[in-house]
Amino acid sequence: MADSIPLSGIVDLTPDEEHPRLWLQVMHDWIVTVDHKKIGLMYIAASLMFFAIGGVEVLLMRIQLAKPESKFLSPEQYNQLFTLHGTTMIFFVAMPILFGFGNYLVPLMIGARDMAFPRLNAFSFWIYLFGASLLYYSILGGKGVFGGSGIPDVGWFAYAPLTESGFSQGNGSDYWALGIFITGIGTIGTALNITATTICMRCKGMKLSRMPLYVWLMLVTSVMALAAIPPLSAAQIMLVLDRHLGAHFFDIQAGGSAVLWAHFFWIFGHPEVYILVMPAFAFANEIIPVFSRKAIFGYPAMVAASVGIAFISFTVWAHHMFTVGMGAVANTAFVLSTMVIAVPTGIKIFNWLATIWGGKIRFRVPMLFCIGFLFQFTIAGLTGIMLGVAPFDWQLHNSYFVVAHFHYVILGGIFFCLFGAFYYWFPKMTGRMMDETLGKWHFWLFVLGFHLTFDFMHIPGLLGMPREIYTYEPGHHWGIWNMIVTIGAFVQAIAVLIFVFNLVRSCFKGKLAGNDPWDAWTLEWTTTSPPPSYNFASEPTVRSRRPLWDLKHPEEPDWEYELGTENEMAAK
Amino acid sequence: MNRPAKTARSVALSGLALQPLHSYAFSPILNELRGATGSSLFDRLFTSPTNIFSPQSAPAHDIFRLSMFTLIVTGAIFVTVSGLLLYAIIRFRERPDNVDADREPPQIYGSNQIELAWTVIPILIIVVLFLSTVRVIFGIQQAPEPKQALDVQVIGHRFWWEFRYPKYGVITANELHVPVSSDPKDPLPTYLKLTTADVDHSFWVPRLAGKTDLFGGQVNTTWIQPEATGIYYGQCAQFCGMEHARMLIRVYAQSTTDFQSWIANQQKIAVEDPSVAEGRGVFEQNACINCHSISGTVANGHFGPDLTHLMSRDTIAAGTLPNTRANLEKWIKDPDAYKPGCLMPAMELSDQDVKKIASYLVTLH
Repeated sequence: MADSIPLSGIVDLTPDEEHPRLWLQVMHDWIVTVDHKKIGLMYIAASLMFFAIGGVEVLLMRIQLAKPESKFLSPEQYNQLFTLHGTTMIFFVAMPILFGFGNYLVPLMIGARDMAFPRLNAFSFWIYLFGASLLYYSILGGKGVFGGSGIPDVGWFAYAPLTESGFSQGNGSDYWALGIFITGIGTIGTALNITATTICMRCKGMKLSRMPLYVWLMLVTSVMALAAIPPLSAAQIMLVLDRHLGAHFFDIQAGGSAVLWAHFFWIFGHPEVYILVMPAFAFANEIIPVFSRKAIFGYPAMVAASVGIAFISFTVWAHHMFTVGMGAVANTAFVLSTMVIAVPTGIKIFNWLATIWGGKIRFRVPMLFCIGFLFQFTIAGLTGIMLGVAPFDWQLHNSYFVVAHFHYVILGGIFFCLFGAFYYWFPKMTGRMMDETLGKWHFWLFVLGFHLTFDFMHIPGLLGMPREIYTYEPGHHWGIWNMIVTIGAFVQAIAVLIFVFNLVRSCFKGKLAGNDPWDAWTLEWTTTSPPPSYNFASEPTVRSRRPLWDLKHPEEPDWEYELGTENEMAAK
Repeated sequence: MNRPAKTARSVALSGLALQPLHSYAFSPILNELRGATGSSLFDRLFTSPTNIFSPQSAPAHDIFRLSMFTLIVTGAIFVTVSGLLLYAIIRFRERPDNVDADREPPQIYGSNQIELAWTVIPILIIVVLFLSTVRVIFGIQQAPEPKQALDVQVIGHRFWWEFRYPKYGVITANELHVPVSSDPKDPLPTYLKLTTADVDHSFWVPRLAGKTDLFGGQVNTTWIQPEATGIYYGQCAQFCGMEHARMLIRVYAQSTTDFQSWIANQQKIAVEDPSVAEGRGVFEQNACINCHSISGTVANGHFGPDLTHLMSRDTIAAGTLPNTRANLEKWIKDPDAYKPGCLMPAMELSDQDVKKIASYLVTLH
């Protein structure tokens, strides 16, 4: 089927005429661009900047907590830092960086020339950057009419009525609500765009059942984001109405409800976890097969499990609220839904295991990160089950055990896949390889730091340490564990510095990558690295899930197998 | 007055060393581990007066047993999955003898039987886990309140706890006194009815029970049943603002007679000592009385802790400082220095007035 996939060289892909340009012109190019690749890269760059900010915030917090009764930070500063850290990492780092990769990769993987709505795409990015900047403007923005904290200090889930004007007198809660509300508009725009792109822009022959799993999971993520962001946005608008126009949605004294906020927040908040974790699964779905040299095991089951998780994830939110007094019956219902979601997640883990099984594993850096992800995500899933056992949760809820659990999910799961994705697609994005040795330093140091921090962070939780406290007393014996956690945090920081150094250095000095450095199988590897602005000179045609496999192995192409199963289905 | 720990005033800020740590009862599993290592290092690492794995009360025991069961199940799953994973990455790595770029391993696209197996087995595990969980949920949350149970209202404030005993007409703060329930055949639980005066809080004393939140507009119920006399520690577990970290709880489990004599003392109106009339005057002429109550006087505010029997408590400022005269003076002078962001303002009083107030307060036994 070689003739149906234009490989570089078959058509003329010489880049546009090069001429020296002023940096202002270059800047102008980036600012006005509607190219999905440039927008994707800007998403990634902006998220990395916020990642650095969020990282510095957490290091300050870890210094404060390293020993009991520390005076390094004031309570006010500490509360502001953990609010900013949580908000930044979720809304300004994890979501945009994952959607940034989606932006870059989805059109390339489905053989399209751009997203369905390129200008909406640019709008989404800039509105995200504006929302995120608005939150950080709170640092400069003064304290408001009544004094109080100008920087949000109410926690990333900002439980009302603490955010009401009576208890949060500065402008902090306004910045929090509006900054994230505005960022949410961008998220919805991008989610719409990816949904439309995957549904309408696929190249010839790419049926839904032939879409790379990465694209499938980005589609599922986007649909989830479309359903999950609006409840949060609505709650934020209600909060701003409460604070400034005398509404009483969450104002207890006037008959409002505090539990209402918790429901609104978590019906966004739990799907949000899966909105973040799906794209990470998506990276693993591409990287693990390529470095195991095998097709993904159980493609239909992987798709079904993802769609299953998406649906169930909207029914589990109140497992964050086992302690609010919902009563035994409601608690039981949410225990059930929470445990049910473990089944499709388990299917995924086992299918990855089966993909590795019988392969020829190449331990390049992207694969190392994915293997780390498999181990750590298994642990995160199991601590998740412990938290789903409601009575156990009555003890663990809001303790450092929970903090360790969700960092295991987000850092040990999502960020490990994300780092893997950096090493894997960096050659496509820049045309140069990232340095393998530095990559391995990054990996091993990060693994060491991660486990120092988050393995040991479970223990003070079991010893009764609640989260979001700026200090603690020595008699609890939490100190030694917190010291280890802090040391681990700094080891991770060093690993991240190595990563950033590698990233910047490889942009200029990396080995040239060529079109297909990993001997991979999806469409993005058919075009040049970096791809031209139009991606593909002519529309590719595919006949299976792995078009490049078919090309490289004409003797046993995937489409033969897929045709076989289709006929089998038809015969039944 | 028979309080379990007169010595509290002499201990350090933490106040947590009231009992030698080894006297806390630990779970059988941890005890075994302790026996195995036998070092005091273990004590330093794994003992804490707030350890969730050293239950001392009926609901905490139920939770502990379920937790152990969950840990065993999840532990087994972890060993299986990570064992398989470890085997796979070692067994199926690319080696010099099979690194032949042209020869890819056999492509296997899936297997319905195997995939069905790893769908059904997890479902079975979940059914077992779910049923055991439901039993404990209903066992704790639907436990009927026995007649002899003590009722206490718990009201969360930023950043302290108010405890009211409606049956006895007693109001106190931060230190909850309850009768011990030493006879398993005749349990003597304390039922807590929790609500909040302002923002959300959460009541958590790990050795006695799991958390129960205090949400505005609703009254939540939980119960504790301490089996041994002593002090049980806890703190607010729902972020409630600047001093969330210093909203500590102490539960004093006392023998029935000790508890009754404590109640009897709390029911008296405040001590009136003519020798400190001057201090009382300063107290009553300042804004102190807008927030604090002292029974039998004009002080009847409700924003701050009731001070009628202030000196019957071991700590002030929700466990922040030991309750000594010196600390009282420092605290009245500048609360923000010890609990920055707490709602009690420094009244800009002269040192003399502070001393007078303190000498009045220390008479309030």
